[in-house]
Amino acid sequence: MAKINLTINNQSYKFEAEEDMPLLWAIRDYVGLKGTKYGCGIAQCGACTVHLDGVAVRSCQLPIGTLSKKQKITTIEGIGTPETLSAVQEAWVEEQVPQCGYCQSGQIMSAVAMLAENPNPTDEDIDAYMIGNLCRCGTYDRIRKAIHRAAGQTAEEDLGKR
Amino acid sequence: MQTKNTRRDFIKLSSLGGLGLVLGINVAGHAEPVKKIAAKVLELEINPFIIIATDGTITLVNSRPDMGQGSTQAVPSILAEELEVDLKSVQLVQSDGKEKYGAQQSGGSSTVRGLWDNLRRTGAAAKQMLIETAAKRWRVSIDQCYAENARVYLKNSDKSFGYGELAEEASNLEIPQNPVLKDPKNYRYLGKYHKRLDVPSRVTGTAVFGIDVEVPGMLYAATVHPPSVQGKIKTIDDSEAIKIRGVRRVVKTTAYYPGGNTEAVAVVADNYWSALKASRLLKIIWDNGDLAENLNSEKYTKDMYLAAEKEGVRYEEDGDFNAFYNASENKLEAIYETPFLSHAAIEPVNATAHVKSDGTVDVWAPIQGPDGALSETAQLLGVAPDKIKIHAMLLGGSFGRKAFMNFMKEAIDLSKQMDAPVKLIWSREEDMSQGPYRPAMLSKMQGVIGRGNSLAALSHQAIGESIQGQHWGALMPYQADNWLGGELSKENHKYNFPVHKVTYSRVKTPIPILWWRSVYASNFGWGQECFIDEMAHKAGKDPIEVRRELLKGNNRDLKVLETLELALQRAPKMAEGNARGIAMFRSFETMSAAAVEVANTEDGIKIVKVTSVIDCGQYVNPDHVKAQTEGNIVMGISAAVKGGITFSNGKCDQSNFHDYQFMRMAEMPKVEVHIIDNLEKPGGVGEPGLPPIAPALGNAIFNLTGQRHRKLPLDLSVV
Ligand code: FES
Ligand code: FES
Repeated sequence: MAKINLTINNQSYKFEAEEDMPLLWAIRDYVGLKGTKYGCGIAQCGACTVHLDGVAVRSCQLPIGTLSKKQKITTIEGIGTPETLSAVQEAWVEEQVPQCGYCQSGQIMSAVAMLAENPNPTDEDIDAYMIGNLCRCGTYDRIRKAIHRAAGQTAEEDLGKR
Repeated sequence: MQTKNTRRDFIKLSSLGGLGLVLGINVAGHAEPVKKIAAKVLELEINPFIIIATDGTITLVNSRPDMGQGSTQAVPSILAEELEVDLKSVQLVQSDGKEKYGAQQSGGSSTVRGLWDNLRRTGAAAKQMLIETAAKRWRVSIDQCYAENARVYLKNSDKSFGYGELAEEASNLEIPQNPVLKDPKNYRYLGKYHKRLDVPSRVTGTAVFGIDVEVPGMLYAATVHPPSVQGKIKTIDDSEAIKIRGVRRVVKTTAYYPGGNTEAVAVVADNYWSALKASRLLKIIWDNGDLAENLNSEKYTKDMYLAAEKEGVRYEEDGDFNAFYNASENKLEAIYETPFLSHAAIEPVNATAHVKSDGTVDVWAPIQGPDGALSETAQLLGVAPDKIKIHAMLLGGSFGRKAFMNFMKEAIDLSKQMDAPVKLIWSREEDMSQGPYRPAMLSKMQGVIGRGNSLAALSHQAIGESIQGQHWGALMPYQADNWLGGELSKENHKYNFPVHKVTYSRVKTPIPILWWRSVYASNFGWGQECFIDEMAHKAGKDPIEVRRELLKGNNRDLKVLETLELALQRAPKMAEGNARGIAMFRSFETMSAAAVEVANTEDGIKIVKVTSVIDCGQYVNPDHVKAQTEGNIVMGISAAVKGGITFSNGKCDQSNFHDYQFMRMAEMPKVEVHIIDNLEKPGGVGEPGLPPIAPALGNAIFNLTGQRHRKLPLDLSVV
């Protein structure tokens, strides 16, 4: 057991837990934020994606003992709420991306991190950056459109559709 | 719509004071007051409710759990349309499995097609009663009044009543048995694009899925199931496992399989990580009997090919196929193969249960049918259904898997053993390697090209394990499984073969199987539609032309084909060297056709674009139809080109998403979906887009390379 001190969404959380516990389970079961999801536990699906100092990481791969309170962790709850959606979430709503929605926290965390790095991604950039996020419901086409929309470049083929 | 109240108890709600109008509907689809129908509801196909409180609060009940198909929007949309209320201002509650709500299983693409008529009638009946009440108060005839946005208005005046003001009095009225339904011309929701109101919750991490349930004082569990499914426990060494901090107990529980139950081992701990970690330290010795030999997909496949040499059990036959085939010269035969598949929803199966000391039980789980969950829980515990509360949670995908509720029963058993609420989550590895799976099947196809190069005869022999047979032992050796027979029947594909035969050969396997998105259509679309192209090729005809001939006189399906043809003609010209294939298949009363365009690249074949056409009759929201069809394209491609599930040496060879893959962003082709607009009866939407995808791809590859592939999955890098 170790004393854990994490900074998540600008709030500090202190609790005792095993150091080898992946951040994913600490966020879900100790901090109580359920937006970050478990899908595979082996860095294959991206459902657990959060930001560590602004960089998208798979929280199932980060033992909490390796983290310090100086590192800023952001989860989907830190991006926006249903009442105050962020621009990326707004684009997700406009494109009606989610089906079940289970993968979408991770998709959005990856997209937000990508757009911070690259405000005008091409389709190839999106392919490369989003490859780690699986969606079993098959919403990839809409995710792509939503990213373009959030980047201010409505996908060409989408013009005049609705 | 406030999703916050989704899990509020309907019973409590309706026993609140000052309750107004409460409507259900009966067998004939007529609205009735809820209390009066309690005894009759057993045979109900559906039994949705509208609750209008005297304070004006309107609550609608969604009887079909949402696994991504959009029922939380579609179901209230149908009610709201006829009731004349704004969807944004109603509360939605999920039904809890009680009999009075009728069949509540999301599955078989049944949500909208199963509820359409009755929900409209229920909404219209309530509206009519509210209007009648207002008319009485104003002493005018009902045609002087109209309803809009939860108010009844008196024409040419500024008078109106809110529904809440009318509800109590309205509830005493005779319920109209044949309420007037709206003219589709005046629809506000049905057939119209509306944004789903719950999308904001699904992009902010606030939507509550089964796995997110938290109950005060709950423990967490991870289960280890027999690696050889149906294996039995010999010995358990938990000495390492119990050293993990947080572990409470290691207990045995039941492992449920379609073919018979054995045992599993669960670690129960204070937190999930401890439970999971400890479960991996268990040393269990299993007694696997002959499983190492029999749990083997290669052996099963061999058995299927052997069965293909013998005549199957007849499901239907027009003419004497064998005699005709034997006497014909211009004929062909081919066997098509599809693999086992995992549903692999990204939310693994999980459930939370609390079996309380006072004899009551709560179950929170991502399940497709709260009614089935209720009866299975009652049966498992020997507890009366009225002591059980099923909280059907949002599902993070399901595709059929979460309708097999072994995980729920495990959680219930663990709660009982621990005398505490327990949340059980199967690790991805357990979820992947335990099944049940979409069965691997064969299609043995035989065809005859007749005079004038017409397609004269078709035989489809379906070969493999039967879902009904494995689960319920319900299939006699002389019977053809009617689920798959129905899919392959002439009645279903409507191809006009003068001579036609459908047979089935059951081949048993202990590999557990289950329905998977579109059930057998996902297997047999591959054989049927590739073979039609093979016949067309042999007859020297164009694939679209041949289908047009076969569907002659069937204008509705011809329209689907035409729409696809037109879409392809209008699309930008294909790049030099690309090729296309098409296919069509009906499932769940909906015809869907698809065209797949492929290109030859340095890394093998690339899927460039998929164009789908769907005729599902009337629908709630074109964007739901489009989204589901897009999802089916993706899942259909994954099923065709990614490795399936295999068993060797008694074990599943796949364990997680690294060795069981499905499509990722970079492989996503362009997609285009066309919906046929008509006023036909609603058909299914969640599944029918899938079956034509694989054969359209197979046909495209043939057109590109001249190579006919008959075995899925295809490896696009080498075909
Ligand atoms: S749960 Fe972390 S990548 Fe899948
Ligand atoms: S929306 Fe269901 S997994 Fe992506």
